[in-house]
Amino acid sequence: MNIKNILVTLFAILTLGFTSCKKEKQQPDANQTGSFTLEFDNTVNGAQLMLNTQNYTNANGDSYTISTFKYYVSNVKLSKADGTTYSIPESYILVDASKPSSSLISIADVPEGDYTKINFTIGVNKERNLAGAQTGALDPALGMFWTWNSGYIFVKLEGNSPQSTAANHTLTFHIGGIVDPNNTIRTFSTDFNVANPLRIREDKKPQLHFKVNAGSLFTGKQNVNFAQLNFTMGGANSVIVANNYVSGLFELDHIHN
Amino acid sequence: MGVLYACSKSEAIMPKIEEIVFKVPANFPDAVYKFEDNTLSKNGFELGKKLFYDTRLSADKSVSCGSCHQQFAAFAQLDHAVSHGVDNCLGKRNAPVLFNLAWQKEFFWDGGAKNLEIVPINAVTDACEMRTDLTKVVSFLNNTSPYPQLFKDAFGNSTVNSQNFLKALTQFTAAMISANSKYDKVIRKETSFTIEEQNGYHLFNEKCASCHAGSLFTDLSYKSNGLDLTSIDEGRKTITGLASDLGKFRVPTLRNIELSSPYMHDGRFNSLEKVLEHYNTGVKHATNLDATLFQNGKLGISLSSAQKQQLISFLKTLTDNEFIKNKNFSEN
Repeated sequence: MNIKNILVTLFAILTLGFTSCKKEKQQPDANQTGSFTLEFDNTVNGAQLMLNTQNYTNANGDSYTISTFKYYVSNVKLSKADGTTYSIPESYILVDASKPSSSLISIADVPEGDYTKINFTIGVNKERNLAGAQTGALDPALGMFWTWNSGYIFVKLEGNSPQSTAANHTLTFHIGGIVDPNNTIRTFSTDFNVANPLRIREDKKPQLHFKVNAGSLFTGKQNVNFAQLNFTMGGANSVIVANNYVSGLFELDHIHN
Repeated sequence: MGVLYACSKSEAIMPKIEEIVFKVPANFPDAVYKFEDNTLSKNGFELGKKLFYDTRLSADKSVSCGSCHQQFAAFAQLDHAVSHGVDNCLGKRNAPVLFNLAWQKEFFWDGGAKNLEIVPINAVTDACEMRTDLTKVVSFLNNTSPYPQLFKDAFGNSTVNSQNFLKALTQFTAAMISANSKYDKVIRKETSFTIEEQNGYHLFNEKCASCHAGSLFTDLSYKSNGLDLTSIDEGRKTITGLASDLGKFRVPTLRNIELSSPYMHDGRFNSLEKVLEHYNTGVKHATNLDATLFQNGKLGISLSSAQKQQLISFLKTLTDNEFIKNKNFSEN
C-alpha cells in the first residue's frame, strides 16, 4: 500500500466517521513478534529469468543462456530509524531459480517495529565456511559446497555462450572463497522509504520484494568477456565477478505492508 | 544349557565396545576437534564405524572408506601409490593415514579440507573414489535397515540427513588415537630405547624434527621436500593460488610410518630406505624447496648408511601395535 492509498483510505474512514475502527494496529508492541516474507524475483537485466530457453546479452555483447542460477543470502539484519538492529537468527537462505518455492522465504518471530533498513550477506559468513557439517540451507548435499577446498559456493551461474571458449561453449561461474585477497564475501544493504517502512506486527505479514539480476555478474566494475572469462571456481576471477554483483545483484522493488 | 546358549548367542550379537572415551594423551597438545555439537557416544561411534566399512555407499557398491584406509596400514592403503576407487579408477594422491585427526586443523595433502566433519564428502563424491553424492547416500541410509534405528539411537532422530551421516563418521575417525608406541612408552619412562634406537632418536632430533615436530611428528605445515624440480601436482597452490605454495604438501606425521608405505603425496617411495636416500642424495633444487633442505649451498640431509639404519630403527619405535590391533576400530 503506497502513501496515496493510505491517504485515500484515511480520508474515506474520516468521512464515513468510523473513528473508533481499530482494525489495524498502529503502534508496535515490543513484546510481540510478527513475521514477513522475503521475495526474490530472478531476472536478467530487467527481463524475467527463463532457464535454458531464453537468450540474453551481456554488456560485452556476448549472447548467453542460463541453466543454473543459485545464491545464498545470509545473516539478515533489520534496522530501525533509531539505529537499533535485529539480527534474524540462523538466517541462511538458498535461492535456486529452478525451484520457485525457494524464492519466497517466510521469516517469523521478528519483534514488532517499523524497520527502515535491511542488511544481508551475499554468500555465507566465514565462520560457517569453516564449521563442521551443516544442515538446512547449508546442507552440503545441495551442491553449493566445495569439497576439495572446503567452503560454500556463494553464487552459482552456469549456462552457455557461443562466445565461450570452454568445451561445449559452457559458462561456469562458481563464486566463493573466504581468504584474502580472493575473499568474495560481500554484503548488501538498502534503506527503505521512511514513509513506508517494513511494519512488523503480530497480525500482519508484509512482503519485501527484491529483484535479483543474474546479469549483474557480468557488468558493473568490469565487463566480462566470455571469450576470456567463462570459468571460475574461486580465486582472482571470482573476485571480479563478486565486485560486479555486489552493486547490481539485489534491488529492492517494493515493500508490501 | 538353554540359558547358557542364549547368553553366548546374545554376546555374539551385542557389540563388543564397552565405552568410548576421548582422552588427550599426556604427551599431546590440546585437541583441535573437541566433539562440540557432536557429543561422542558409543552409539554414534559404532554407527560411524559401520558407515566407514559399508561398501554399499559407493557407486558400484565395491568401495568403502575402509578400502583405502586399512587398519593394518595405519588406515592408509598398503601397496597403493594413489587411492584406488570404483571401477578400478586410480586417484591422484596417496591415501593418508587416519589417526590423531582430532589434532589436525586441515586435511588432505594440500590442506583443502578445513574441518574434520566435512572431510568424507570429498571421497564420497570424487569420481575416482566412491563416485556417489550425499543425496544418494542419505536416501540409501533412510531406506536401509537398520540404519534409521541406528541413527535414532545415536542422534535421537531416525531421519538421516547428511549432517548426522558426517557427524557419525567423525565420531569414529576423531576417536582414533595412536599414542601408545614404544616411543610413547619411552617418553613415559615405561621402557627404554635400544642403543640403535637411541642413536636414531638423536639423529632424528638433529636432522628431521624441525618439520616432523613434537608429539604428533609433524608441524602441520606445507613444504616442498624437493621431489621434482617442477612438481606436476601443484599441491598447496591448488588451495591458496599462491605461486609460493607450488609443489608444497602437508608434512605428514611419522607415527606408524613403518606400516603406511608407500610414501610421499604420490606414493613414489615404497620403503623407508628409499625415503631416506631421497633426503641423502635425491633432493632437487625445486621451486619453493624448504630452506632446511638447502643449507650452505648443499642440497638434502647427509646420512651415512649406518645413520639411515639408526633412523629407521627409531622410526619403527613409532609403530603403535595396540592401535593397529584395536578391535574398536576393526571391521569385525
